[in-house]
Amino acid sequence: MIVDKHGSPLSSVDNLKPDTRHGMILYVEDVSVSFDGFKALNDLNLYIGDGELRCLIGANGAGKTTLMDVITGKTRPDKGKVDFGQQIDLLTLDESEIARAGIGRKFQKPTVFEALSVFENIELSLSGDKGIWSALFHKLSGEQQDKIDEVLQTIGLTVEQHYPAGRLSHGQKQWLEIGMLLAAEPRLLLVDEPVAGMTAQETERTAELLISLAGKHSVVVVEHDMAFVRSIARKVTVLHQGTVLAEGSMDEIQANKDVREVYLGEEQA
Amino acid sequence: MNTLLNSPSVKNITKKMSSLHFVIAILFVSTLYVSVCNLMFAEGSLLHVSDYTVSLLGKYLCYALLALAVDLVWGYCGILSLGHGAFFALGGYAMGMYLMRQIGDRGVYGNPELPDFMVFLNWTELPWYWAGSDNALVMILLVFAGPGLLAFIFGTLAFRSRVSGVYLSIMTQAMTYALLLSFFRNEMGFGGNNGLTDFKEIFGFSLQSPNTKLALFVATAVMLAIGYAISHFIVNSKMGRVVTAIRDSEDRVRFVGYKPQHYKVWIFVVSAMLAGVAGALYVPQVGIINPGEFSPLNSIEIVIWVAIGGRGTLYGALVGAIVVSYAKTRFTAIMPEAWLFGLGGLFVLVTLLLPKGLAGLVTNLMDKIDPPATEKKPSSSDKNDSDKNDFNKSKSDDATLAAENK
Repeated sequence: MIVDKHGSPLSSVDNLKPDTRHGMILYVEDVSVSFDGFKALNDLNLYIGDGELRCLIGANGAGKTTLMDVITGKTRPDKGKVDFGQQIDLLTLDESEIARAGIGRKFQKPTVFEALSVFENIELSLSGDKGIWSALFHKLSGEQQDKIDEVLQTIGLTVEQHYPAGRLSHGQKQWLEIGMLLAAEPRLLLVDEPVAGMTAQETERTAELLISLAGKHSVVVVEHDMAFVRSIARKVTVLHQGTVLAEGSMDEIQANKDVREVYLGEEQA
Repeated sequence: MNTLLNSPSVKNITKKMSSLHFVIAILFVSTLYVSVCNLMFAEGSLLHVSDYTVSLLGKYLCYALLALAVDLVWGYCGILSLGHGAFFALGGYAMGMYLMRQIGDRGVYGNPELPDFMVFLNWTELPWYWAGSDNALVMILLVFAGPGLLAFIFGTLAFRSRVSGVYLSIMTQAMTYALLLSFFRNEMGFGGNNGLTDFKEIFGFSLQSPNTKLALFVATAVMLAIGYAISHFIVNSKMGRVVTAIRDSEDRVRFVGYKPQHYKVWIFVVSAMLAGVAGALYVPQVGIINPGEFSPLNSIEIVIWVAIGGRGTLYGALVGAIVVSYAKTRFTAIMPEAWLFGLGGLFVLVTLLLPKGLAGLVTNLMDKIDPPATEKKPSSSDKNDSDKNDFNKSKSDDATLAAENK
């Protein structure tokens, strides 16, 4: 049974809207995760504002992917709380319920359904009933058709809509995956390394796309490409050894002594 | 209008539609042909189809339905079940129990209530799970419920714990092997290693009569057509697309908001029921069901049929089952000891040369005659994409090469 954070039952996760009256969409508080004694996350605190575009940076092993795993239900933390809006306790939901509550995730490696067409990939990702019986007797409504067309337009794959997704280029697969997230109309998008392996031109278009998404959606981007982060981010959070090392604008971060030391790898003279 | 007709989606739809109609038409025509030739032409006539052949063909059609069931879970959902023989055998035992009870007092011991093997074991009354087994409706219910329940319990436990890949395949082998061992035991109450046999009649018709044999063959063809139509409906619905998506990337499906374990259990249960029906139709036509049907080897053989026919295409599974079973009938008559080597060799050859099986061969040939509209490469300067395409291309080139060599 699905319960809210006060333990009272909720009818269905599908009818749930995160309560963002305090301006925050995601609360991660005192979260710790350890794997065989290795602390991947260590009393981590992170707050994401409603409609915000946030970049997460950090060296390998800083805990970025683990944090994504915790938010999306793939990994359960040893302690701490993760709330979506003020009232939805994400730690009581599984991956599919979290997705239906409105959190979309893009993997580091582009993950699309290769045997299905681009169109079908988007169709499966549309928000709505995800049960067995509705899938068996599903008919695409005009509204859903329009939504798919709109998403295809946004990600620039209208021409390719009937190609099997497996035949798309690497960059196109990245966009398709973002398109699949958009089709689900999430409140919060978690995007892991969206421009890895993209050409300069593709990177630029991706930056535009992500900036245009902020406001309507809250977006958290994990990225190594500093130029890219600079081009999109208003606010940057630096992770180091499972905790937040610094938070602020890109300029502040780059001026921060601790960050220069551990992340940018500069030795103190 | 013209562009609409040429658009890939419309083409795909017409292709998919015709495969269903095509298969059912072929089934109908061949069933009619066999029936007419069996009934109308006397023995000795060139066109005569013997009663033996009718039963043999009926057996092949049972195998075809079984292959269809495996294709549904393996070809579409990526669950490599090496234990589908168990569902087939359970369906067969449900039918066997009913047929045993129809013998009545015509058995060797003449006991109107108890089957011979129970009298032989000095049992005085039917075990509780044989209750109602003389009722045809109970039998039909059991044919679905037995395999369905086993698949539900096994599937729920395995898929909820996210067991997949090789581990799941090994577990399905263990499942069928465990059933093999338990059905061998006399205490199980299913006739031990002799199984259930000496059947006399079904629904009041003598099993020895040529007309009953023909009727069973026709019934099998009808059930195969229904099973095919159901499978066709499933794989072409959104359900089919979700299931295919699970095969390609289960994690992605989960993060899109579906619960893959529910879908997997559902398709596993449907598939087990189809296999059960195949088993139930098989038993009256071959006249016996014994624990040998649970043999792990049987289940592997089904997977080979599907691989050879072409997994992920429903008609491929039918073709694979029928072609390989026919070859088996032929070759085991000539060189029984060489058959397993032949089968293994065939499997290796198909995996190497025809990764999409015989069905892939047909599609390749059809594409050569009538190239699909999607052939145009996606416009992109990215290198990864052409790598992938070249890879696919070399695969299909292999396949066509093999076709030309034949």
